[in-house]
Amino acid sequence: MLRILHRVITTGTLTEPLDASASLESLGIEVRRTLGARFAGSFAIRHVDAGSCNGCELEIHALGNPYHDLERFGIRFVASPRHADALLVTGVVSRHMQEALLRAHAAMAKPGLVIAAGACACDGGEFGTSYASCGAVDSVLPVDVRIPGCPPTPVVLLRGLLAALGREAGLTRPG
Amino acid sequence: MMAQAFAERLRAALPAVALAPRTEPGLMPAMVIAVAADDWAALGSAAHGLGARWSACWIDPEPDHWRAWVLYEQGGAYVLAQTALDPRAPRLPSLTPVFAAADRPERAIRDLLGVAFDGHPDARRWLRHQAWSAEVHPLQPGQPLAGTPPARTPADVGYAFRKIAGDAVHEVAVGPIHAGTIEPGHFRFATVGEQALTLETRLGYAHRGVEKLAVGRDAAGLLRLAARVAGDSTVAHAWAACMAMERAAGCAVPPRALALRGLLAERERVANHLGDVGAIAGDVGFSFAQMQFGALRERWQRRSAALFGHRLLMDTLCAGGVRTDLDLEGTQALLQDHARLRAELAPLTAILLDHPSLEDRLVGAGALSAADARALGCLGYLGRASGLAFDLRRDAPYPPYDRLPVRVPLYDSGDVAARMRVRLDEIGVALELMDALLAALPPGPVSTHWEAPPAGARGLGLVEGWRGETLAFVRFGADGRVARYAPRDPSVFAWPALESMLPGNIIPDFPVCNKSVNGAYAGCDL
Repeated sequence: MLRILHRVITTGTLTEPLDASASLESLGIEVRRTLGARFAGSFAIRHVDAGSCNGCELEIHALGNPYHDLERFGIRFVASPRHADALLVTGVVSRHMQEALLRAHAAMAKPGLVIAAGACACDGGEFGTSYASCGAVDSVLPVDVRIPGCPPTPVVLLRGLLAALGREAGLTRPG
Repeated sequence: MMAQAFAERLRAALPAVALAPRTEPGLMPAMVIAVAADDWAALGSAAHGLGARWSACWIDPEPDHWRAWVLYEQGGAYVLAQTALDPRAPRLPSLTPVFAAADRPERAIRDLLGVAFDGHPDARRWLRHQAWSAEVHPLQPGQPLAGTPPARTPADVGYAFRKIAGDAVHEVAVGPIHAGTIEPGHFRFATVGEQALTLETRLGYAHRGVEKLAVGRDAAGLLRLAARVAGDSTVAHAWAACMAMERAAGCAVPPRALALRGLLAERERVANHLGDVGAIAGDVGFSFAQMQFGALRERWQRRSAALFGHRLLMDTLCAGGVRTDLDLEGTQALLQDHARLRAELAPLTAILLDHPSLEDRLVGAGALSAADARALGCLGYLGRASGLAFDLRRDAPYPPYDRLPVRVPLYDSGDVAARMRVRLDEIGVALELMDALLAALPPGPVSTHWEAPPAGARGLGLVEGWRGETLAFVRFGADGRVARYAPRDPSVFAWPALESMLPGNIIPDFPVCNKSVNGAYAGCDL
């Protein structure tokens, strides 16, 4: 235990300020405010790999490492679409995943956002449309926000998620 | 030559069959043996009798007739058997009764190309779900890339999972969407209480039509695709595809490029092992190690981005070499990184290996016997944790490994703890190899002029990716366009191994067992 504590103390805090750019910082502040006012401080994402090569997933994982620490913004990943405010979709939508993706979307509380992350999800990327692939996510579901990149880096993903929150702030939420 | 000796032993084992082993430059280091389709199974049995491993099988629909290929390996020696098939009614004796590893690959070929495998014990489809019918075989040359899919492909509910009978038996269905940020796939458990009796995996959800999409691409286009067969193995698949194309074309890659490819492949190995060791710890609630290893991986990826232009090293290779050179400053930075990583790993490894609650969960969990690992053709860290030492870098070395000593860590308990130890050890080996590569980085260019070979040229690429032996076969058509690309990820053998190790474990240990194996879904589904 002492070894672990020693390591924790000597490691210190690795978490970085998000970005040097002022616009992102101010967006971050805005997002915190929005989250506090409209989402009780928490925004829940259900990720669906609809036919990715696994590159995007690795970078989504990296959002949780100590350098990025996504949860500090009140954004967290959840296991059930019923708990989710947004569906984060990676990959082309393979035909074999089409129904599963549609069901996950149908299971979400509304209104809910659909975020397409990565080149494949945005425009079909290297795989496009074929006997095996429906192509980009918007061929299957209406997409609210697109995050480009192959794969998008964690910082680009963060920026895209923050943009999605800003967009949600403009929506009217019933009840 | 080892392959020649292996081919001779096969010939001796089959005196009634006329085998004429020969070499073909593109298919080196394998010896090529042509057999009649009727002798396909006899050759398989002879190879099995000699202790060979079934490595891969693919069909190449050549313009005049189709050709089936199967690759056997024994002690680092490769024999590539081939036979002609009638495209109007392609059929082949199944090798699954002899080599369990051939099971799903043969079913995938049946689905995509319509080859009937006589004597295959499992008539169920594998890569085909509901997007095309049983009569359609999308990889056949006459089939359009677009296919004729339904507007909304229904869920694949009709797949007949194996049933386990018994009053107390309970089925648990998981996926294709999993609880975390994971690739899609379906797991079907039969359990009694918390204990798993069986696990059956059902993949194919990430089938993107990779092999069909490759047809007609030029070398650069093929490499973009190969780099995305499995995103965590982008260097491995790109290198295998490069090697196949370069051997087909007789392209001599400059020594500096080969050394840098080795460096990139070892960087990929280290990045994945760092991430997975952390994730294994995370899956049993030891978030301290998950955060520590996550931080090490992040720093590693940032260096990859700074020096090679991509955090996962995608698109860093090109036909004829690599796309980025490394200057003296970069070399120094890497050497310092390696020293720092060693220093940071030492105390973390000591904690991981001496933490009672971790030991409680990892030791004995998901044990894969050496016999099962061998029967299923397991590779890489999965095999090495179960006593199988095969490593291409050491046993069939290709440049730059032909001038480097490669240590191969070996354990025999076959459990999650052993797989974690192999990964920790392999990080150390990779650091040694990278230091050696950097200390003697050959001068000169990092790529050579690429010229596509004439139609019909074919090549085989074999590299030791971080998951193990990674294969690519390429045949060129006219105008330097790819006519056939057949990649084989080592994960093909990981999923049956996961099924084999799970019975007797409790369901809550499934995630850590799965993570310790970490088979690619996309790499199998193609």
